[in-house]
Amino acid sequence: MSQTSASAASLGFLSCHSCGLLSQSPPHSHGLRCPRCDAALHARKPDSISRSWAFLIAAMISYIPANLLPMMMTSTLFGTESDTIMSGVVYFWTSGSWYLALIIFTASILVPMLKMIALMLLLVTTQLRLRWQPGQRAKLYRLVEIVGKWSMLDVYVVAIMVALVQLKGLATILPGPGAIAFGSVVVLTMFSAMAFDPRLIWDPVEENAKND
Amino acid sequence: MSETTHPQQPAALPTALAAPKSRRTVQLVWLIPLLAALIGGWLAVKAVLDKGPVITIAFKTAEGLEAGKTKIRYKDVEIGQVNSVTLSKDRANIIATAELTKGAKSLLVSDTTFWVVRPRISGGSISGLGTLLSGSYIGVDIGKSKKERDAYIGLEVPPVIDTNEPGREFVLHSPDLGSLDTGSPVFFRRLQVGQITAYALDKDGKGVTLNVFVKAPYDKFVTPNTRFWQASGIDMRLSAGGISVQTQSMVSILVGGLAFETPVASIGMEQAKAKTGFKLAENREQAMKQPDGITDTAVFVFNESVRGLLVGAPVDFLGIEIGKVVSINTEFDPVTKRFVIPVEVHIFPERFSSRRLKGQKAGRLMQRDQKANYQTLADHGLRAQLRTGSLLTGQLYIALDFFPDAPKAKVDISKDPIEFPTINGSLADLQANAISIVNKLNKINYEAIGTELQQTLHGANDVMKKVDKVEFDAIGADLRQTLQSTAKLMDHLDTELVPEARGMIEDARRALVNAEKLLAGGSPLQTDAQAMMDEIARAAKSIRILSDYLEQHPEALISGKKEDGK
Repeated sequence: MSQTSASAASLGFLSCHSCGLLSQSPPHSHGLRCPRCDAALHARKPDSISRSWAFLIAAMISYIPANLLPMMMTSTLFGTESDTIMSGVVYFWTSGSWYLALIIFTASILVPMLKMIALMLLLVTTQLRLRWQPGQRAKLYRLVEIVGKWSMLDVYVVAIMVALVQLKGLATILPGPGAIAFGSVVVLTMFSAMAFDPRLIWDPVEENAKND
Repeated sequence: MSETTHPQQPAALPTALAAPKSRRTVQLVWLIPLLAALIGGWLAVKAVLDKGPVITIAFKTAEGLEAGKTKIRYKDVEIGQVNSVTLSKDRANIIATAELTKGAKSLLVSDTTFWVVRPRISGGSISGLGTLLSGSYIGVDIGKSKKERDAYIGLEVPPVIDTNEPGREFVLHSPDLGSLDTGSPVFFRRLQVGQITAYALDKDGKGVTLNVFVKAPYDKFVTPNTRFWQASGIDMRLSAGGISVQTQSMVSILVGGLAFETPVASIGMEQAKAKTGFKLAENREQAMKQPDGITDTAVFVFNESVRGLLVGAPVDFLGIEIGKVVSINTEFDPVTKRFVIPVEVHIFPERFSSRRLKGQKAGRLMQRDQKANYQTLADHGLRAQLRTGSLLTGQLYIALDFFPDAPKAKVDISKDPIEFPTINGSLADLQANAISIVNKLNKINYEAIGTELQQTLHGANDVMKKVDKVEFDAIGADLRQTLQSTAKLMDHLDTELVPEARGMIEDARRALVNAEKLLAGGSPLQTDAQAMMDEIARAAKSIRILSDYLEQHPEALISGKKEDGK
């Protein structure tokens, strides 16, 4: 990655995110706007790291109730059961459906956790302007973005169950507060990933190359 | 950022517009984690604050209890959950540790009770069927005490009535429990109005005390004069009016129950206080019987067996039950050197009361000097007699009846209780007669009769043999000769005797005419003879019946003839 190349930012060019117009940035200026469509212009996403951090921290806080509070409340003729994610996993595991348990564990506990760890890694390394493995980190970021689209699996399951099982009196399924917390974890990690500007990974590398 | 690195800068590239700077957005984004932290913190604080009291409940068995699953419910509202189930230190019980919701703290007083709700069939009701599939839960009944407590001993059987259920509890005394049980229904006019909440054997073991709970608003129908009776099963009665069957409900037929009723006279009395004691009667008839106000004690001295007479047996006056046997004793009479059996009875003179006529006072007969009355009655032949009440069981009752032929007797008024004359039972007489007949029959020497009969037959046989040997031809010749001489004799007689005989016959006719007059129909002699013949025929018939009866019931010789019912 020692290849040196000129970046738009280093040349003082700004591309509008809305209409794609390339414009020149006047020196020492902030809060620029596109001369054509009046959208905000910036070379890098403004406050990318701190925004990303904010979302990530919120997600991490939400992760605790998401796992502790019941996800789904099943009330049948014979009583009310409220299940957290983990109790569901345990239930499937003990009842022999270990593959289901594995899927739920992976999709609902492991993946969000790994996602948050990955984001944290990206943010820390980027904030410290480390030049360590920028290519791998960029791949990691793309992976996080892709996974983000699929993380709502649990919430979908709950939503579908709630909609389907509404046999008044016989059986009713209601979403628990855990579902909201879990949903917010997923949304917040996605926001965090969105707020993160992957170009920042490369900035220290470029700078370094230039300084050499 | 140098701008000289690129030589060819497109001239048409517009310059971005500068806008007033605002850093507010950066601050705002941090509101999100702050909000999340606030919500999370609030949830955590709430969880800590909502942590309810932890209690332990000891049960005999952990059947149906599951740690983390079993709920505690009060009136079907969930107020807690069992967290763990462990054995007690002495291994005699299990200890369920349960966490209750915060609001449940006020429910944990010292007389709060817990029990496991399982499917249960008792007292005609099936409860807890829902727990068959959903699993058991722990039921709670909140006590009224103010003292707090956190270790409880669970009940094995759920209490029948909630503490808060409005109504009143009454105490019943019964000689036995019958087919009653905790939870057995209590009926009022065939309406189920309560239940038996508890029963216990009396300390002296002489009876059973039952606690019954009558729900509001029915409890107001219980007055101090209310009668309770066992309504278990079917009360079937055979009477002259046919068969009468009394039941309360299908439930009570199957599982037993109680019923109560207030006599019409005491409806509108003040209500009975809670915990009032009542007697539990065996059936409605007994329960509703008028209590007997005046009781006279009398003694009947029998000098025959009273086997089959029980304490409580009725004293019957011309078919009306007027008293009952109180005690049966034996007494040695030093004068006659015989054992007699004095039977003490209670007579309720009020039952002699005459039909209520308008404007007249009832029961006038017995309101005069009673003792004098008894003598009057005895003079008219009123005697006490033992009679068989039941064909099947041979039970006796005492009948007061008029025997005009009975020997005069004096009622000993001086004694207290008074002694009333008795007469031997019809049964005893019959028994004595039958025994004397049998004795006579026994005295007959059947063996001698048999031997004589045999000898006679032998003799006859000999005669026949001799007859066989007789020479009939010679006899025939002799006979002919005899007949001839007889003919001669007849001729002779004809001529000599006939005229004389005629006169004699006329005399005879005259005598016969006289006799005819004497014997003509309606004459006293014939009537007497006829009556005598009838009498004999009847006697013969009686003996035939007796012998038939004895043949069928040989035991009647000993136990006596079972007479028809009263």
